[in-house]
Amino acid sequence: MRGKLDLDRAQVRRARQLARRAGKPVVDLARGHTTVAVERAVLRLAGITGADPDGIPWVNRLVDAVAADVGLGHGVSVPVFHALAISGAHDLTMLAQKAAAGSVRFSLPSGTAATAARRAARRAVAAGIKRIDRRRAERERLVKRYGDPRQRPWIYLIVATGDIYEDIPQAQAAARAGADVIAVIRSTGQSLLDYVPEGPTREGFAGTYATQENFRLMRAALDESSKELGRYVRLTNYASGLCMPEIATLAGLERLDMMLNDSMYGILFRDINPIRTFVDQRFSRQIHARAGIIINTGEDNYLTTADAVEAAHTVTVSQLLNEYFAHEAGLADWQLGLGHAFEIDPDLPESFRLELAHALLARELFPDAPLKWMPPTRHMTGDVFRGNLLDGFFNLVGTLTGQGILLVGMMTEAVVTPWLSDRDIALQNVRYVLGACGGLHEDFVPAPGGFIQRRAHHVLGESIELLERIVDDGLLNAIADGTFGIMKRPADGGKGLSGVARHEDDYYNPATELLEAA
Amino acid sequence: MSTIVRPYGDTTGDGMVQLSFTLPVPADKRAEGAALQLAGKMGLDPAMVVHSRAMGDGYTFFVVYGRVQHLVDLGKVHVVERDFPLLGAREINTLVKRRLRRKLVVVGACIGTDAHTVGIDAILNVKGIAGEKGLEYYRELRVVNLGAQVSVPDLVERARAEKADAVLVSQVVTQRDAHLHNTREMSAAFREALPAARRPLLVVGGPRFDERDAAGLGVDRIFGRGTTPREVASYLVHAVLPARAVAA
Repeated sequence: MRGKLDLDRAQVRRARQLARRAGKPVVDLARGHTTVAVERAVLRLAGITGADPDGIPWVNRLVDAVAADVGLGHGVSVPVFHALAISGAHDLTMLAQKAAAGSVRFSLPSGTAATAARRAARRAVAAGIKRIDRRRAERERLVKRYGDPRQRPWIYLIVATGDIYEDIPQAQAAARAGADVIAVIRSTGQSLLDYVPEGPTREGFAGTYATQENFRLMRAALDESSKELGRYVRLTNYASGLCMPEIATLAGLERLDMMLNDSMYGILFRDINPIRTFVDQRFSRQIHARAGIIINTGEDNYLTTADAVEAAHTVTVSQLLNEYFAHEAGLADWQLGLGHAFEIDPDLPESFRLELAHALLARELFPDAPLKWMPPTRHMTGDVFRGNLLDGFFNLVGTLTGQGILLVGMMTEAVVTPWLSDRDIALQNVRYVLGACGGLHEDFVPAPGGFIQRRAHHVLGESIELLERIVDDGLLNAIADGTFGIMKRPADGGKGLSGVARHEDDYYNPATELLEAA
Repeated sequence: MSTIVRPYGDTTGDGMVQLSFTLPVPADKRAEGAALQLAGKMGLDPAMVVHSRAMGDGYTFFVVYGRVQHLVDLGKVHVVERDFPLLGAREINTLVKRRLRRKLVVVGACIGTDAHTVGIDAILNVKGIAGEKGLEYYRELRVVNLGAQVSVPDLVERARAEKADAVLVSQVVTQRDAHLHNTREMSAAFREALPAARRPLLVVGGPRFDERDAAGLGVDRIFGRGTTPREVASYLVHAVLPARAVAA
């Protein structure tokens, strides 16, 4: 089948090969490094919980203590489980308390003591992974019982009050009003926190903190909604920022269903060190793969800083890279919510046809991925009437090009965090478009050699040229040069670099071992 | 010409306005009555509920049209009018070159927890906004964009190290007046760290600021929604260069 765009299959193959060649050196780099966040995620799998009286999680105290005594490059598992065996602490949390008080020192055992520590670590981590497996099976059971949404795209709505106890009724109301996926947006500061806050939280800025308890509370509430509505309502959060691997782990443990998880977003938009990001990224995607979580990538963000026509091919390139990194980490196509967005200046002639061409290109390049279609933000001006019209056209592209996940656009984008009525109006807009022309994609076949086909071919051609340059230059250099989203991010800069360590010869990580054995 | 005006629907002086709101009551006759009562208290007389719609069990959304009794006295309107000439890129470059005899240094950042760089990027990035190039495009300006979530001490330090002539701070997403707290913290930190003569010009921007509040926040200028890079550049030239008429 040649699809609606008549893409050259050899070109598509070439684009994928180039993405693999560009990504491979970064994967090799990731395989040779660890980070404080990866090590903390491993210990969370092994069962550590709780926080000290200042709110700093015990897992942070423990990893910091190990790093101070023996460094991070051996992995913390062996020194931690060796110390657990000889210290008389009942569990990891108690060990962390002792370490914080200075009454435990960490060392690298050898011989049988090392073997014993490895075995104990592996057993504890395997129990955590087993919990994730059980949560995945539970999701599959509930989806079977309540069913998936009746239509594609799935309707994705954001909730963001800052208070988890306000979020819950809002999320339930949104589900009743038609949302298939609820995303709880995070407090703006969280991506740069090097720890995951604990417990239920009631204060956040333009969002609610991602914590294990907040995850649990919201998932339980949406389970009630799923039962009430007779369809499984999915929950989304953000595995991004400095704690990406830990948040992925907590999502797996609490049965979240989708996670924002982009390979380069943190580097470009949060100025997080590129190596830290790629290492954290790989581990978090291995967890997502295991947990049956659908990832959402963040290509839409490039178009909020760069021009959506000029930079259209950077979206395609990033999608191809995200796909490569995702496959490498074990994610299947059905788990790839590759992102893109409706961000072309509406005053540009033929802007709608360009949007159709770009959206269809993504659809045809990734036929088995549930693409995540993001609404206009850059050209939402505060004119709510025009904004509602733009959102209608955005919805039309979404259904015409078979997008998998549609983030509902708000006409009050750039004005206020959405009001109850904004959401209601936005959902009416979506329902009207899906109801009026949900099947129109069957009739919609762009003219052979016409504007839409030519534009898609052009963008694919530009993507291949850019990938060739990235392969020559190296992905890290391309990022440093500002290739994506205009942001320039050198590999030795950015936040979180001090939490990165090269593997020593005896590096041991039972989680990676178990996840890669699967 | 009269300085007294009324809202305009389709006839001069008809006073017609349209508004929408939600009440936390179930959608029924009583709800419409409640909406009319609110409209009446807001000065709409007569008022018409032209649309009402239930949202969930306990909320109703209304669109109301009506005639307001209020008069607007244009003579009593107070706004911050642009008090500097709007210049083109070439004029700005020439003025800086001739008057300052070095590049004018601008340090920009989003401070506090705000991670949304759209505002600062629209003003600083070459790309700019609404067809106008950002400050990086001006040959005689040296722009240092620190990006998002910059701490106030870092901003002060960097401004000092770069010998900034002006510091631009953007605050887009805010809750509980965080933009005001952040701005006060920033201006206080600059006052503390540098003597008045060496303090850079402090400029903040964002959709939630009141442009009249500069003095209260301790900054030199506030720019609100819809500000373009050219306006900011013109202001910087006006405020930073030696006072002798910019129009030279």
